[in-house]
Amino acid sequence: MADNIIEVKHLKKYFPIKSGPLGKRKGTVKAVDDVSFTIKKGTTMGLVGESGCGKSTTGRTILRLLDKTEGEVLFYEKEVHSLHKKELRELRTKMQIIFQDPYSSLSPRLPVGEIIGEAVKEHNLVPKDKYEEHLNRIMLSCGLQVYHKDRYPHEFSGGQRQRICIARALALNPEFIVCDEPVSALDVSIQAQIINLLEDLQAEYGLTYLFISHDLSVVEHICDTVGVMYLGGLVEMGSTEDIFSNPLHPYTKALFSAIPVPDPLAKLNRIVLKGNIPSPANPPKGCKFHTRCRECMEICKTKAPNEKNMGNGHMVSCHLYDK
Amino acid sequence: MAIFIKNGAKDANYISAKESRRISKENRKITNGYEKKRNRKVIPKAEYVTKMKNPNNVVEFDNLHTYFFSDVGVVKSVNGVSFDIPKGKTVGVVGESGCGKSVTSLSLMQLVQRPQGQVVEGAIRFNTGNEVVDVTKMPTAKMQKLRGNKLSMIFQEPMTSLNPVFRIGLQVDEVIALHYPQMNKEDIKKRTIEMLELVGIANSEGVYKMYPHELSGGMRQRVMIAMGLACDPELIIADEPTTALDVTIQAQILDLLRDLKVRINSSIMLITHDLGVIAEMADYVVVMYAGRIVEKGTVAEIFSNPCHPYTIGLMNSKPAVGKKVGRLYSIPGKVPNPINMPDYCYFKDRCEMCLEVCAGIYPELVQLSPTHFVSCYRHYDIFREEDKG
Repeated sequence: MADNIIEVKHLKKYFPIKSGPLGKRKGTVKAVDDVSFTIKKGTTMGLVGESGCGKSTTGRTILRLLDKTEGEVLFYEKEVHSLHKKELRELRTKMQIIFQDPYSSLSPRLPVGEIIGEAVKEHNLVPKDKYEEHLNRIMLSCGLQVYHKDRYPHEFSGGQRQRICIARALALNPEFIVCDEPVSALDVSIQAQIINLLEDLQAEYGLTYLFISHDLSVVEHICDTVGVMYLGGLVEMGSTEDIFSNPLHPYTKALFSAIPVPDPLAKLNRIVLKGNIPSPANPPKGCKFHTRCRECMEICKTKAPNEKNMGNGHMVSCHLYDK
Repeated sequence: MAIFIKNGAKDANYISAKESRRISKENRKITNGYEKKRNRKVIPKAEYVTKMKNPNNVVEFDNLHTYFFSDVGVVKSVNGVSFDIPKGKTVGVVGESGCGKSVTSLSLMQLVQRPQGQVVEGAIRFNTGNEVVDVTKMPTAKMQKLRGNKLSMIFQEPMTSLNPVFRIGLQVDEVIALHYPQMNKEDIKKRTIEMLELVGIANSEGVYKMYPHELSGGMRQRVMIAMGLACDPELIIADEPTTALDVTIQAQILDLLRDLKVRINSSIMLITHDLGVIAEMADYVVVMYAGRIVEKGTVAEIFSNPCHPYTIGLMNSKPAVGKKVGRLYSIPGKVPNPINMPDYCYFKDRCEMCLEVCAGIYPELVQLSPTHFVSCYRHYDIFREEDKG
């Protein structure tokens, strides 16, 4: 059996910009532009970056919630985007997603039991007489009580709702879960509970996560490998230890130095990035980061850097490391 | 109906319709009383002009109680909060959502949703520069002159706090025109552009003519700050100014706020739940839990020597970059129901360092140093020995 559960090869996702009454195509937004990575079974890969850099689009394209423009997404060496309807239906139970906002991703009209069990019934995953038992087990393992089944989402707090979202994803016995900023809408103390829950579930069910977040401290805690995205492309990728102890790309360095440290005595040695992220509809020529880069060279303005392996799977796309 | 009663026995959140009607009737009586007092045509000046305890403070919260009279019971959102904001300093207020930190700041702005929300007790003394007023007793018309002028607020969501149908310039102009009626149009525009430049918007002339949707989140937050600064306020209330922003943009905005504080010499009340932001920005820290202050002190005292179990828990539950831990600490349980608060320490049921005395009345604030206060039995002199042993 293959080691890699997910393989993404040169994935591209472009969105057309349409205008006028006839929807004339004016341009394209390159939301994801040539991204490749693999995720090993049972590990967690983190995707970090500013908003608008294409993290969520990558996650959704992997799940085929969005159609790709180019490239390949392999799930157990099977191309996700060329599956037929029937095969795709089967695959849906294997890949799940947890959304960012637990307030808007739960139907207010369904009781919690039905929210969690709806897909289980739809896919006939468990025999009818085992259904209740299955539901109870999933709810308990997510820290919900069995009597919560008849309640509606509005009766729950943010943290509890996120548990419902996790239970809904988990009820289908998935192997791969995309966590799209699962804790950024929650309080610090609740965040810790949800992160611990995700870790426990991973250990119990052998899950694989793609963890999308802009909170670097959370990413460092939960992830085994990290990919840093900027303007639709991966600028740096490697094991969490390598990336956090030895960030190479100037963007990664700036990103790390921007994290506020909860220690008033810590020395501030901050690289403040000037300006905003450029529009992905009209990305800069050459290296996409050169407009905000401190260490920009002449070559950066004309030629896009290639991915270079710095050893131990630590990949970086930057001309600084050309030899 | 029967279902409600049955559930009522199990869960304090449910009350019968009859009970709810009775409560709302009673509440109306209470709130009408407050409203009547507020809506008097003439409020004598002596009622709201007071004196500061310490002239070096801009704001003094003195035993503030802000309650919400809801149909299921009285929610004591702010329940006896006292702290000071010294001139030219930044005071950070931390706590979970629902702990009353925003209501504290709204009470100061007199923006609490009336008639349900009422300041029941206590005072907020504010030094406007030439006189000291008690904001809680100010008549509405007088308050309008103060709000946006001497007191300004930066809201959490720059996406929703700007009006989408007016140009940026117009919205900032409005603030200045309202508080400086003697200024003419050109001067106002000049001042607006100056303000936009002050907050680091490079293309200020262009932005003046733009609509909010044409700007990114960070730029919008800058516009909000410009609006807040337009009238040289004595105090800026920043209610989670960076929560909705990216880390890199957050760093820019925090740098800007720090820089501005020095330049215009005003105080900042910074409300956030990010301890990292507090450590970087604040001079003093106030930790709130369930409507009360559990600990307050200087930033160094709070971070190097956190004394309340809640503060300690809060610090441990946040993963820090560079500090790898096997498992995150999470504070067990959840915040008690705001309607039926227990008589004992509100944190007792979640506390892992409980003593026997904790079942007694709510602990008073104990002074540990001239600036450091904590509300916990473990720091009472008599119990400190016991704790060590």
